[in-house]
Amino acid sequence: MGENVQTIPGGAQPHKDRTLNRQVRTLRVKMVLLGSSGVGKSSLAVRFAKNEFRDTSPTVGCAFLTQVVHVSDASLRFEIWDTAGQEKYHSVTPLYYRGAHAALLVYDISKRETFIRAQLWLKELEKHYIPGSTVIFLIGNKGDLAWDRQVSVQEGQNLAHEKGLSFIETSALSGDQVNELLLDVGKIQNILKVPLDGSRHQTEYLTVNRINAHFSLMYWISGVKK
Amino acid sequence: MDVEGQRPMVSWENSTLAPVDRLRCERADSPTPGLVEGTEPGAVHQSAMFVHTQSFEDLTAEAEEAQREAELDQTDECTQELKALVVGEKTIEEQHNNSDISSESRAKEEDVSSEAWRSHRKHVFVLSEAGKPIYTRYGTEEALSSTMGVMMALVSFVEAEKNIIRSIQADGCKVVFLTKSPLVLVGVSRTCQSDKELLRELQYIYYQIVSLLTLTQLNHIFQHKQNYDLRRLLAGSEYLTDNLLLRLDRDPGLLLSAVTCLPLASSARDVVSSSLQTAKAKNLVFSILLAGDRLVTLVRKKDQYLHHIDLHLVFNLVGSSSSFREGEGWTPICLPKFNTAGFFHAHISYLEPASELCLILVSTDREDFFNMSDCKQRFVERLSKRSAYQAMKEALKCPSYSVEQVGIPELRHFLYKSKSSGLYTSPEFPHLYQSDEEQERLMGLYQDLHSHLHHPTRPLRSFYRCSQTENLLAWVTSGFELYLCFSPLGTKALAVSAVNKLLKWIRKEEDRLFILSPLTY
Ligand SMILES: Nc1nc2c(ncn2[C@@H]2O[C@H](COP(=O)(O)OP(=O)(O)O)[C@@H](O)[C@H]2O)c(=O)[nH]1
Ligand SMILES: [Mg+2]
Repeated sequence: MGENVQTIPGGAQPHKDRTLNRQVRTLRVKMVLLGSSGVGKSSLAVRFAKNEFRDTSPTVGCAFLTQVVHVSDASLRFEIWDTAGQEKYHSVTPLYYRGAHAALLVYDISKRETFIRAQLWLKELEKHYIPGSTVIFLIGNKGDLAWDRQVSVQEGQNLAHEKGLSFIETSALSGDQVNELLLDVGKIQNILKVPLDGSRHQTEYLTVNRINAHFSLMYWISGVKK
Repeated sequence: MDVEGQRPMVSWENSTLAPVDRLRCERADSPTPGLVEGTEPGAVHQSAMFVHTQSFEDLTAEAEEAQREAELDQTDECTQELKALVVGEKTIEEQHNNSDISSESRAKEEDVSSEAWRSHRKHVFVLSEAGKPIYTRYGTEEALSSTMGVMMALVSFVEAEKNIIRSIQADGCKVVFLTKSPLVLVGVSRTCQSDKELLRELQYIYYQIVSLLTLTQLNHIFQHKQNYDLRRLLAGSEYLTDNLLLRLDRDPGLLLSAVTCLPLASSARDVVSSSLQTAKAKNLVFSILLAGDRLVTLVRKKDQYLHHIDLHLVFNLVGSSSSFREGEGWTPICLPKFNTAGFFHAHISYLEPASELCLILVSTDREDFFNMSDCKQRFVERLSKRSAYQAMKEALKCPSYSVEQVGIPELRHFLYKSKSSGLYTSPEFPHLYQSDEEQERLMGLYQDLHSHLHHPTRPLRSFYRCSQTENLLAWVTSGFELYLCFSPLGTKALAVSAVNKLLKWIRKEEDRLFILSPLTY
């Protein structure tokens, strides 16, 4: 409440931007983070939402984070579902990935078993998602631990290629490639088709301290328009 | 130094009748003595918030006891109470004279202070009925596998005896079993805790596991595959059980089967409660506002009660993970005392990022996330307009009170539980008990008093005990339970008169210390 709502000068409330006398659209981007526990899903989520890295404790069930980014004539509301990745929660995950624009399937490049588990997750995902509606990203996290790597970049790429997924290696710790990832997620065409009535969410978290993502998205929006 | 303080037990014959008379007088003066359930300080005005402990199947032993206590308590005159205070002591003293426990238990207390010994004071193992390890408090799987043989033998032993053997004692070490099909829980303890206290702790662990999986799922799994390795399903949740075990050593609420509240002016609390009451939704069953480990308020659906064990499991869940600070949490949770078969779904979020105030909205519908999120939003919007919100934030700055406020110089600490409300109050630990070791030691003393008051066959209604470090007094009536810790220099007469003063003080402060008018949607 109060403190965590930040607004951009002149662009505080989407849909009410009368000074510019034009409609500001809110676009909703629903993403879900999947993968074994400990691979860094929550750290990535916090990196997305707050551009910070801090030591997180294990996720219980699921955490929902939002991040609204204002760009020229649109507001992008990222809705991030961070799951626990524990086996006992498997049965309840459909709520999180149903209707998701992007599913980020994360593994830890320094732990081979998380890569193997990721392939099991993929099978699970394929059962539930409607092809075309969710874009799946394969993410090798903890890129900063490259000296200790157990999964090569090539292996990640091969799997992604074979299954038709996007692939990127990130580090939630250093922030490396995280904006690029977000940019890629933003590139998903179909998010443009789902403008959301902003009323319910007007008082939600609006953080713009992520200048980098902001610029990436501006870049993307302008790219799309061209 | 006071000679009396050096003796392990005060001799009851030596105590004069003076305190008795004095107490009687004061009691007569006191606003409402409230020795009877429902009129004690802290008793709820309307329907209670929690389910009554006694109404539960697996606490039947306690229920029987309660009955016995109730019978004893029927003659509730002051004089009777005080007689009990004396008679109670006599009983204990006789016991001690017979078996010389007092000196022995002192030796044990000394042992507790040795580092190595303390670190493994109490082991807890959970196994499947097929003997597969599920949880161990200390050590890794490898460490556990070395004791596997022993565990297997114990399990089959328990089975062969058709669960008649509940505990084994050997080498100053007590082994307690709790078979709760499909799980077997084993506690190995070097503490002075009674079997019953240890079983109570194992029960909590059992409920913790059920709350993660539901009993239905547990049964289902083991019916299909006796040899199933449950660690797969519990992976990543062991820390909840670890934390619960720590709480069992430190949190008086788990001992007393009660929870404690954030001290808050009742006018402010009422506003918070009613704001929560208005933010309702179809499938919302409980709204719980916590400040750290303290309850600010709880609103429930009509006719739906929360059990204190379930509430402690919620406290443990929230307190064990910082993950709810990063966003809004949404997690399935089974509240085993409510229903072992199904999951509720809890929306867990902090009111402000750095705040201690955590709101838990419990729904029956797993798709209800956005409805719950809305409820929270409405609650926050409504509350932030009221001055009560500021009052609550102020109250957070001093979430406890010091025992000095009570104005009884020799009193160091106390626990007071109002039975009808299921709430307790207790001051912060004084300087002497600041360290974890000292707090756990004091908790151990309280546990000891507790087990005397709740002894399965010979429950005492009161108990006074002196040692070199402190004097303790415990007293149970049908309305409350009271445990007091005094300086070792005090006398029994002082202790007895302190009870009365304290009860008066609690009565005076009850608006602030308890939730007197809980709400329903
Ligand atoms: N070195 C490194 N550690 C990370 C990174 N991301 C997360 N971690 C650490 O990995 C552990 C698990 O992270 P967490 O986000 O909780 O994983 P989750 O279970 O998938 O949500 C934590 O100790 C994090 O600090 C990363 O990019 N690099
Ligand atoms: Mg996580």
